[in-house]
Amino acid sequence: MKETRIMMGMTITVEIADKVFDPKIFKKVFDYFEYVDQKFSMYKPTSEISHINKKQIKKEEYSHDMQEVLNLSEETKKVTLGFFDIETPLGLDPTGIVKGWAIKKASDILRNEGVKNFYVNAGGDIEASGKNNEGKDWSVGIRNPFNPEKEVVKIVYMKDNGIATSGNYIRGSHIYNPHKKDEILDKVLSMTVIGPNAYEADRFATAAFAMGEKGIQFIESLEGFEGYLIDSKGQAIMTSSFNKYTNA
Amino acid sequence: MKKYIISTLTVLTFAVYVLYQRVSGSPVVLPNNQLATNTTSDVTSQSSSSGDGGNNIFSNILNSVTTSSPTPAPITTKKTTTVKTTPVVVKPTPVPVAQQQGKYKNGTYTGSVGDAYYGNVQVQAVIQNGALANVVILDYPQDRSRSVSINTRVMPILVSEAIQAQSANVNTVSGATDSSGAFRQSLDAALSQALI
Repeated sequence: MKETRIMMGMTITVEIADKVFDPKIFKKVFDYFEYVDQKFSMYKPTSEISHINKKQIKKEEYSHDMQEVLNLSEETKKVTLGFFDIETPLGLDPTGIVKGWAIKKASDILRNEGVKNFYVNAGGDIEASGKNNEGKDWSVGIRNPFNPEKEVVKIVYMKDNGIATSGNYIRGSHIYNPHKKDEILDKVLSMTVIGPNAYEADRFATAAFAMGEKGIQFIESLEGFEGYLIDSKGQAIMTSSFNKYTNA
Repeated sequence: MKKYIISTLTVLTFAVYVLYQRVSGSPVVLPNNQLATNTTSDVTSQSSSSGDGGNNIFSNILNSVTTSSPTPAPITTKKTTTVKTTPVVVKPTPVPVAQQQGKYKNGTYTGSVGDAYYGNVQVQAVIQNGALANVVILDYPQDRSRSVSINTRVMPILVSEAIQAQSANVNTVSGATDSSGAFRQSLDAALSQALI
């Protein structure tokens, strides 16, 4: 059973393959994304992050979730050597970490409700658990950056983990190298990262994409992560053990 | 190197000034007596290096200018760059495994020092039967704790391939998001349903 909503400016799909479960769980998951949007949306003047950027609330007054996201952002900045940075000229923008974090939290809600076989896909970043309706690993196609609407160029099979793709092919240059702000990232079109969960995959995909061609080396150096880079010539470079996810 | 260029230029300027002073008949005034002594001693023995590379260059140049020697003394420094005799052939990464069969000569090759963002990386590639058999890590970042935590795995042997369209028969799709417009969102929603 699958439900899709358009929220937070993206498509969110939840599919559950358990034989028995309470369908109300879908609402619970989507309500959670709604809550996250109300708190972290950069476009909503009433969101907590907007209040923070307008200096309308003090640090001591930040909600628990806000503190958690800001702490994770700070930690991510360190482990990605500054390539992940939420500080922008317009203030704090934790969007880059919120999506993966929210997917992981939503997945935790499903797990806590006893759901074993599911995936949550929010804007192309996915956390998967258990098996699909056919009792097989959930299959995820990596979108073709040259033909994003119609094609996938690689199929991976999930094993209770997360996958995220960062790229410039749809949204324009929304990711830049914080160390060289004028550099246009055009050599790498997309960077897909598989990690322990959606949060880990998302934050490292974002940072690795900002590193350009060296991003794939960075992913290679991380324990428990695999990556698949597609460059502007249509060539893909994958980490040494990526192929453990490509066999059904 | 830059230091030497700057000091060379300074010395040349000074030497030209000295020459100009001589030609125009004015008395030569060296700022330092010790310097004048060094100059004369270096005329006879170029090989006896003083140990101070910068001073040596200074006197060499001053010597070649003031004595109008037809063959200027070579500028030598004690600091010499050690060049390894093994050919530098293999870049640390990426090494496209699919393309290397039989393309390399057997042997052990030391790669150049690469900047891996979090520090320097240098590897040695062992080629057997024309293919990459092993990669030995000679240098990798370990000065900072975060680098150590990052480098828990052996260095990469990355695989390269040309992308090609696959069957769209998948449960779901991973890709970069579009939050810019309702049109795209709607299209994505439609497509994600169309995939099954």
